[in-house]
Amino acid sequence: MTASNDTATPAAEERPDWRHRLIPILDRYGILLVILLMCLVLYALQPEVFLTWRNVANVFKQTAVNSLLAIGMFLAILTAGIDLSVGSVLALGMMTLAVANAAGWPWPIVLLLGPVVGLAAGFVNGIGITKLRMPHPFIMTLGMLFMARGLANLISGGVPYTGLPDPVRFLGSAQIYLGDWGAERLNLPVALIVTVTVYLVFGVFLEHTVLGRRIYAIGGNPQAARVSGINVDRVLIVVYSLCGLMAGCAGLIQAGRTNSGFPNAGIGAELEAIAAVIIGGASFFGGRGTVLGVFGGVIVMGLISNGLNLNNVSVFWQQILIGFIIVFAVFLDVVRREVSTRK
Amino acid sequence: MTAAPAPATPDSGSQQPILEARGISKYFGAVTALRGVDFKLYRGEVLGVVGDNGAGKSTLMKILSGLYVPSEGQLLFEGRPIRFHSPREARDLGIEMVYQDLALAENLNIAENIFLGREPRRGRSMGPLSLVDHRGGREQARRHLESLRIRVKSVDQKVGELSGGQRQAVAIARATAFQAKVVIMDEPTAALAVKEVGKVLDLIKGLKHQGIGVVLISHRMDDIFYVCDRVVALFHGANFAEARLAETSRGQVIGWIMGTKESAGELAYDRVQ
Repeated sequence: MTASNDTATPAAEERPDWRHRLIPILDRYGILLVILLMCLVLYALQPEVFLTWRNVANVFKQTAVNSLLAIGMFLAILTAGIDLSVGSVLALGMMTLAVANAAGWPWPIVLLLGPVVGLAAGFVNGIGITKLRMPHPFIMTLGMLFMARGLANLISGGVPYTGLPDPVRFLGSAQIYLGDWGAERLNLPVALIVTVTVYLVFGVFLEHTVLGRRIYAIGGNPQAARVSGINVDRVLIVVYSLCGLMAGCAGLIQAGRTNSGFPNAGIGAELEAIAAVIIGGASFFGGRGTVLGVFGGVIVMGLISNGLNLNNVSVFWQQILIGFIIVFAVFLDVVRREVSTRK
Repeated sequence: MTAAPAPATPDSGSQQPILEARGISKYFGAVTALRGVDFKLYRGEVLGVVGDNGAGKSTLMKILSGLYVPSEGQLLFEGRPIRFHSPREARDLGIEMVYQDLALAENLNIAENIFLGREPRRGRSMGPLSLVDHRGGREQARRHLESLRIRVKSVDQKVGELSGGQRQAVAIARATAFQAKVVIMDEPTAALAVKEVGKVLDLIKGLKHQGIGVVLISHRMDDIFYVCDRVVALFHGANFAEARLAETSRGQVIGWIMGTKESAGELAYDRVQ
């Protein structure tokens, strides 16, 4: 057979230009550059306060809830879906454990209730999206947004429950004393350890496991995944269950931080989670984005509110700024897609 | 391009078909898509399937590849009766389909697309949480592409960055990555630039020389007459005509597509160019 020595590709003479080489690097690490820049600016503005351990630890403490919601949201967005219910599921998990505690249940069960309730709500979302054949995850999770919020109010009679045992509060509020550094006490918030651990686990899960890669594949082309023998429905159920589980864990952290459960917790939190995922460079069309990027998105949002607080800027400006950054981040994504895909 | 060696087409009498369909009918509600269709494919043969839109080509292919279950009739693979309930079962036997829309995930790289749904694993098996052997997969993909003489810059390239012909090549590579015995292709050249068509057709010839049975659905007479050994025409969901390629002509085949046994050479659209 002599006919086909250069089958099927216009061979490799064409070298990738600098844009094609730069884009993957920027995709992966651009967000770190943004964070570094923000830190420099904030340090220049508030040199005495910003880089203190106390302040940095504070940023991480305040972003713990959003980081858990965002990583779950990221899974849904990776499959070109969305989960609007995470804020309400957070409240439901939080309320369930607070009410159970008030009813005198032992703390190990109380502690588990938040994540378990979240997992269950996510599982229901997954079943609804796949088996009830909802036209878009938007619908099912919008329904869950109302149902979970209503349930949270129903079981609590719409009032907050205060006072939780220390073991239940541990993940959300405890600090580990590391030692002194100059005049500062170095306290490591447990919530930060939780966040970092969760992100490492999800990083390995999405990059290196069969199921993780299939989640990306489904986001890229669900039809391709289906005809390749991947059980798309089952993967989606897992995705929404994990998203719910993360919302439940966020409820546990939030309960620990505030030493209470209140049925209005997490209102609008789903939008902040979506914002973090988008700022982190994940594509709304599915299949694109990294765990590192999501983490960066969460930190960017945390730094914005921290920086503006430190500089006594009104909270309303924070909203305006975050809105602007969302639009800008997606605009960057649009430009990048145009440059990087051949037409 | 030099002419291909004489086709190693077996004569139908002496050899068992690798894939055979007997009396296949398929109904969708009140609609009859296929009526008693017979079909035979031999090892190392490229079989062209032609027919007008709605003639039943795609339905037949979806039955052969396990996507549809036939309403009536029987499938035989290497002489044994079989019944598929999903494309996965067909793939497990070595029957692969290259879809017209290619069914590739553009956000994943070439290697991952080739092993989509059959990821190479390493370490302890933990079901869906098993670790993917990225390095081994890349290496296997590279070797497989080499064996098909497909050249790409790197198997790490995202499929979204590839041209139409390169994507087609990746889709074919995926179909042949696991000891395929039958590869079914639905209009593989329809979406390609002219210069890429020849390369894909040569790729099909390469499969044939590896002893794979190839089914090629195409509207392009140039494709059919360049690679096929035999051509089968469907018309209104039934067998209409069939011939060795050497014993027919473009005009005749085009006539079959239009439902006439007389030559329609003068109407050949592919001559008007």
